[in-house]
Amino acid sequence: MLAREIVQELVQALGRENVLTEQEDLLTYAYDATAAMKHHKPDVVVSPLSTEQVAEVVKIANRHHVPIYPRGSGTNLSGGTIPIGGGIVLSMLNLNKILEVDQDNLTATVQPGLIIQALNDEAAKHGLLYPPDPGTVTTATMGGSVSECSGGLRGLKYGVTKHYIMGLQLVLANGEIIRWGGKTVKNVTGYDLVALLTGAEGTLGIITEIIVKLIPAPEARKSILAVFDNVDKAGRAIAAIIRNKVIPATLEIMDNVTIQTVENFVHAGLPMDAEAVLLCEVDGYKEVVEREAALVERILKEEGAVQVKIAKDDTERDLLWLARRSALPALAQKRPTTVLEDATVPRSKIPDMLKAIRRIATKHNLQIATFGHAGDGNLHPTILTDERDVEEMKRVDLAVEEIFETAIALGGTLSGEHGIGIAKMKFLDLEFGEAGVAVLRRIKEALDPDYILNPGKIVRRD
Amino acid sequence: MSVYDSLDSITEELRKCMKCGNCQAVCPIYKESRQEVGAARGKISLAEFLLSGEIEMTKGMADRFSLCTTCMACNTNCPCGVRFDKIILAARAEGVRKQGLHPVKKIAFTALKMQRMFDFGMKTGSIFQAVALKNIPDRHSKLARMRVDIGIGKDKVFPMLPKRTLRSEFPEVIKVKNPKMRVGFFTGCMINYFYTDIGRAVIEVLTENDIEVVIPKFQACCGIPASVNGDAGSARTLAKRNLRAFERMGADALVVACSSGGTAWKHVFSELLENDPELKPLADKWAAKSYDISEFLIHQVPFKKEGLGRVSRKVTYHDPCHLNRGAGISKEPREILKSIPGVELIEMKEPGRCCGMAGSFSLVHPDLSVQISDRKTADIQTTNTDTVATGCPACRMQLQSGIENADIDEEVLHTIQILAESYRAGKKELNSSK
Repeated sequence: MLAREIVQELVQALGRENVLTEQEDLLTYAYDATAAMKHHKPDVVVSPLSTEQVAEVVKIANRHHVPIYPRGSGTNLSGGTIPIGGGIVLSMLNLNKILEVDQDNLTATVQPGLIIQALNDEAAKHGLLYPPDPGTVTTATMGGSVSECSGGLRGLKYGVTKHYIMGLQLVLANGEIIRWGGKTVKNVTGYDLVALLTGAEGTLGIITEIIVKLIPAPEARKSILAVFDNVDKAGRAIAAIIRNKVIPATLEIMDNVTIQTVENFVHAGLPMDAEAVLLCEVDGYKEVVEREAALVERILKEEGAVQVKIAKDDTERDLLWLARRSALPALAQKRPTTVLEDATVPRSKIPDMLKAIRRIATKHNLQIATFGHAGDGNLHPTILTDERDVEEMKRVDLAVEEIFETAIALGGTLSGEHGIGIAKMKFLDLEFGEAGVAVLRRIKEALDPDYILNPGKIVRRD
Repeated sequence: MSVYDSLDSITEELRKCMKCGNCQAVCPIYKESRQEVGAARGKISLAEFLLSGEIEMTKGMADRFSLCTTCMACNTNCPCGVRFDKIILAARAEGVRKQGLHPVKKIAFTALKMQRMFDFGMKTGSIFQAVALKNIPDRHSKLARMRVDIGIGKDKVFPMLPKRTLRSEFPEVIKVKNPKMRVGFFTGCMINYFYTDIGRAVIEVLTENDIEVVIPKFQACCGIPASVNGDAGSARTLAKRNLRAFERMGADALVVACSSGGTAWKHVFSELLENDPELKPLADKWAAKSYDISEFLIHQVPFKKEGLGRVSRKVTYHDPCHLNRGAGISKEPREILKSIPGVELIEMKEPGRCCGMAGSFSLVHPDLSVQISDRKTADIQTTNTDTVATGCPACRMQLQSGIENADIDEEVLHTIQILAESYRAGKKELNSSK
């Protein structure tokens, strides 16, 4: 429990209506979207209305040595927003304005509580696009997705969140407010704090304003589905598309377990015995899209796809994507707990990774389905389990560890887009070694020496 | 085991939720409050903590469970198919068992059960309403506002009570020459007491289509206000009374013109009477032949197109949650509107988003209700229409209130009223051409 005077100070700074203290409300901030995580009830939830109020909250927290857990919509998949030490949950949702869309500089300036889709809707009015599109685009906030450096389906051609963040306003751990970066394409003044804070999961500073880069929205798009009876062939097809200088906006893969589950769930017409399905979308100028779609179709056939389908219109396109969009929810229906990983490898290693995951599943007698962003090497091995089964959960832990080891051995990384949070903290040594982890700690302590900001995430305090 | 009897009935439903938070994207309450407890995920978590024993059913919990308009938008948007409408009913029923009903609701539902008293009260109300309500000049209908705030704010605009209730205006059986069928009309309270104009339009259109209309005198409130708030006992009493009233009169089909009535007859009566060997079969029988008026006119009759006269209106249509997501009826009213000569249908942005009325929700959470309504009103305004059509009298009241407060010149009508208007215009055209 927090001392009464802390709550009083918060109420004084933010107003009664922006401070939640009743346990019925607090309990709803004890979790996020991460499966099989212990929940932790915060002591208080505050929703500031301005950057200055955020700074006030940080100063109060500093005076009383209370941790702050910044939070957007709580849709992350790494336990990143769970208030493991009680304290203050800082909900950024009231800071949800689009401050500006600058058509001349192709930028937008937004507050962190804005939902990503709202920015897209506004950008679309000007024929512009904010490309990062995580699966949670209609729910996740800009602040959250910058802090997690979200990826999504368009990574292959358009990159991820970090490629679109140009400037930030930050409240530091001592309550000071700074700005870094801006609307200029070029900027080498000092260290690149904007890059450092993107993906820092709220552990280094609190983002209160974001300048993003926008691009002209593509004029046309076309979707193609290909079915393979062999994972290696699918892998070779991915490589062949890229080698032929076609960079699709999206190139997704689903393995056999996923195909069977999805087909049972939505009946999208996928062959149940297929070993892999590739789903590809090219976009750009109409003429270019036509040419690229035809080329992709030819390559897929040459690489031995047993079936290739091109969507003729938006209805057919939606049908093709229904299967992919249903992958996770369909899998989630099979068992009570869905452990969703995002280990990522160079795209040329996708077939190796798929086969390794299947080996790991057999070895530990687990159900693992894999789907994901084949074009950028970001796979989602999904373990279907039940967190109440202690024995099975032990096997899940072992399998997760082996998946991480494999990804790193193949030249990949622990996490492509979900972040480290609490969930993957203990595996950092695998990727960075002790010296690397020590660097993380020194950076954390340089910016937040008292571990006020989202403590217990990414960096352990030893 | 029904959701009205035990919280355990929703264990499986709760387990489906993977906490992705997709419900936030469509929840009308969350959109305004931006607090986790507003969205389904927050209340699902509370229900889980309740079942695991981490928290008890406090008054605070019951208050949180009241934060839902039961619009079912989250059901539709849920990738895992969680039926949150079931979860919220079970949680509220549990709340009533442990904490009792909200005092305002307790008075309201008791009154609904005592039909004659309620009738008397409403009649007295129609005479003395001027004491509490202040008339608002409006070119379309008689509206009024509360003179004093009794805890529900003074912004809400109500229709003035008509002098006579619908059911006292008509005989129990309205005969036609050469009837092609006999249809029971379940009026519902709002049409009987407030919007008799909708009721008259229903009767007009049915008789125009050579259908004999039966309005059983002893029909009662549908009980939905009680059942959605966890008062299963009151709802059961009302279900039984309604089933007996219609069974006594008999009919080939039953029509409703409000979405609560439709939900009650199609689903809720059967669920409430699950363990009643005598009335369960009766509830099932009537459920199978209950129709919303637009559904009935499109699929069962179908209504006659000759004789439709010109109605010059620019119309936008608001989908009532329980008609659209609850009963899957959204094309039918639009089809009716499009078949009327002179009507131009212009869709608003998100016609399916809840208007924020949600029955007694608007009484217990007046501020939230108005915020949700304001968003709807703004969407209506951008259509530049002159008429809002909808399929539910409760939505009509909310839309009317929002439009009045925003000072927009727009008439709010039930779809069936526009169809009735067209038949009337048709007759006039015929007479003048003679």
